[in-house]
Amino acid sequence: MTLIEIENLSVTYTSKGRTVKAVEGVSLRVDAQESYGLVGESGSGKSTILRAICGLAPVSGGTIRIGGKAIPTPRGVAFAAQVQMVFQDPYASLHPRHTIDRTLSEPLAIHGISDTDQRVMQALRDVGLPMSFRFRYPHQLSGGQRQRVAIARALMLQPQILLLDEPTSALDASVQAETLNLLNRLRAERGLTFLMVSHDLAVIDHMCDRILVMQNGKAVEELARADLAGAAMKTDYARSLFNASADRMLEG
Amino acid sequence: MGTLTTWLRDPNPTSRRQARLGQAYLAWLRMRRNSLAMMGLAIVLALIVMAVAAPVLAPHDPFVQDLSQRLLPPGTPGYWLGTDEFGRDLWTRILYGARITLYIVALVAVTAPVIGLAVGTVAGYFGGWTDQILMRITDIFLAFPRLILSLALVAVLGPGIENAVLAIALTAWPPYARVARAETLTVRSSDYIAAVRLQGAGAGRIIWGHVMPMCLPSVIIRVTLDMAGVILIAAGLGFLGLGVQPPLPEWGLMISSGRKYLFEQWWVATMPGLAIFIVSLGFNLLGDGLRDVLDPRSAGK
Amino acid sequence: MTLLSVKNLSVTFDTETGPVQAVRGVSFSLGRERLGIVGESGSGKTMTGRSVLRLIRPPGRIAADEMRFDGIDLLAASEREMRSLRGPRIAMVMQDPKYSLNPVLRIGAQLTEGLRQRDRLSAADARMKAIDALNAVQIRDPERVMEAYPHELSGGMGQRVMIAMMLIPNPDLLIADEPTSALDVTVQAEVLSILDALVRDRGMGLIFISHDLRLVARFCDRVLVMYKGKIVEELAAKDLLHAKHPYTQGLLNCLPRIGGPRGPLPGLDRNAEWAQ
Repeated sequence: MTLIEIENLSVTYTSKGRTVKAVEGVSLRVDAQESYGLVGESGSGKSTILRAICGLAPVSGGTIRIGGKAIPTPRGVAFAAQVQMVFQDPYASLHPRHTIDRTLSEPLAIHGISDTDQRVMQALRDVGLPMSFRFRYPHQLSGGQRQRVAIARALMLQPQILLLDEPTSALDASVQAETLNLLNRLRAERGLTFLMVSHDLAVIDHMCDRILVMQNGKAVEELARADLAGAAMKTDYARSLFNASADRMLEG
Repeated sequence: MGTLTTWLRDPNPTSRRQARLGQAYLAWLRMRRNSLAMMGLAIVLALIVMAVAAPVLAPHDPFVQDLSQRLLPPGTPGYWLGTDEFGRDLWTRILYGARITLYIVALVAVTAPVIGLAVGTVAGYFGGWTDQILMRITDIFLAFPRLILSLALVAVLGPGIENAVLAIALTAWPPYARVARAETLTVRSSDYIAAVRLQGAGAGRIIWGHVMPMCLPSVIIRVTLDMAGVILIAAGLGFLGLGVQPPLPEWGLMISSGRKYLFEQWWVATMPGLAIFIVSLGFNLLGDGLRDVLDPRSAGK
Repeated sequence: MTLLSVKNLSVTFDTETGPVQAVRGVSFSLGRERLGIVGESGSGKTMTGRSVLRLIRPPGRIAADEMRFDGIDLLAASEREMRSLRGPRIAMVMQDPKYSLNPVLRIGAQLTEGLRQRDRLSAADARMKAIDALNAVQIRDPERVMEAYPHELSGGMGQRVMIAMMLIPNPDLLIADEPTSALDVTVQAEVLSILDALVRDRGMGLIFISHDLRLVARFCDRVLVMYKGKIVEELAAKDLLHAKHPYTQGLLNCLPRIGGPRGPLPGLDRNAEWAQ
């Protein structure tokens, strides 16, 4: 069953009379409980697609459907309960003057969900953070711990879809491994659908079933996981990305 | 004492209140290292004590005139700061004047920043036309010199302490709106605001709960630094006879009435002048210290 | 021949909660070769690199039994002598060109400044040398880049300009601190191979600081692995896959591999004996 359908999506920014086409005519489909990856270099428009889904980027053409229905503008409360996002920089995505408790209980307050204490503590347990962190401020946490809080926050409303915008690129290798394991475990436990953006092919390969390679705002090639491992890409760009991947350097 | 500080320094607070108090305690530790700020704080606290305990501290009545004791120089037994042209003790009147000064300062401090913060954050958050309209109104207010605008307002509303406060508050908010708007513009595009928008929060909740806490420190700093100016404007209005009315012992008014004797009996105008100077200095020093403590750019580390 | 030798280097920061040691007893020596320093954030790798140039600001303190560069005692050298070393003899390339280039000066002006001031070259000669340097880092239209401001360049171009700038005085030692982490992967490979060729052709020493084991393995002869301010393992880059130390192995294994297994990635045991 197709859960996310994006058809011919274009995003255009206008600033000082100049227009920049960040995304041009990209289409993709993600099945329920699938993990779908977007790969590309900076400026390829991969993050912009996520932001467009969330209503954080101006959509200038095309449609986005979730569960067969076109998503409303503004996105609204029902959309929030269905789709949530984890941002790239854990240092910028948590409010610096709110405790972890406040950050996690805010979505509950917005949606009028009671039973706050129970849910906040459960959320901390789910992402593997000790209870004693509940009333800490973000600056008292390490990058990996902050990203766990951000993941917990995204899951507070029990969404079906998690949009992951380079969730580990600001983290150390070992912390990246822990975070990726956490995400995979949560996906298996809750039947989540991932739409994940990364510049790191190895990370995307580890996490995703299908991959869309993007360049300059356009879709270049869609690959199944087996195609990537078998180096069976058809386009030159996808191949050059594959060859430049740091993962290949050990083989030299 | 020992248990209280460990409770405050606990890296794993067990309640919202403990977390907040712990942060406040850390800020206090940072502030305590700044000796000038502590001096400012001491002056402001002294002002508050003087105002509250004026009836206890004052050796005389601030209003009763005694023409036999008029214009005594400082150091006269029983009148250590001297007396004014009606024989009233200057020290007593300065003590009672602290009440009026504090009253004005407090009223301005709770009104002007609130207006400024509301206008600034709303303008900054929504942008576009809302921003244009609100900021142009702010510009109009900013275009007038503050004292002139207060004078005009008092002239329309009539003299008196409440009207003086109203006039000062109405002229003091635009800078706060500017500060709050600038801060809002940087906060608005941050990921944590995007995250809460994504959770379906409305504009009111975002502005009140997420944007304002980030703007508050810069506004508080600005308010403390402005308090000196507010005292001076209040004194200016009193001096011109448009603020507090005689025989109330307002400091500006006292300077005004001492003006006639400035060359022979200098203390009549100088003593309240010194009081204004010291209190203004106190607020400025405190504001500088608060900047170091509250500045969001330094708090992150 | 030893170009740089460091013995028992430690960097201490005096904080309110007492002294914190960022680097604890690091020793290494370097010839005209490519040495990689790898570690996670907070491992002290950057501090080690900066210590060589004595670029640690108070409250940080440097202490060492010996720190010698080409016969010069770096610990005893005056600030004036250090300044004459930084740049002409030992150069440093930082992570993000955005913060290393002056945003209000044209690239040309920044490239020729040193040549005009230090080497007293005429404007025309300095320009010639600068264009040569840009050519050396494979910038195709150096004339245009000379006239550009830093914000008009892409990240990869900016980093190449930085490298060109550092290489103009022909230093003996280049310290590159995460020179490519801010760049895209395809650009990263290009910049690294340029750097690699230059170092080899000119016979420079290179200290390559990175968090990425795979990059270091590819571009260095020898690798130091650091953890919590200490060197936990030193080995030849080609032997990296056969590393003995559990930390090095952990760092390698926790990286996902293309076509690798889908199960949970192995974590890193931070409570083990060696971590203490």
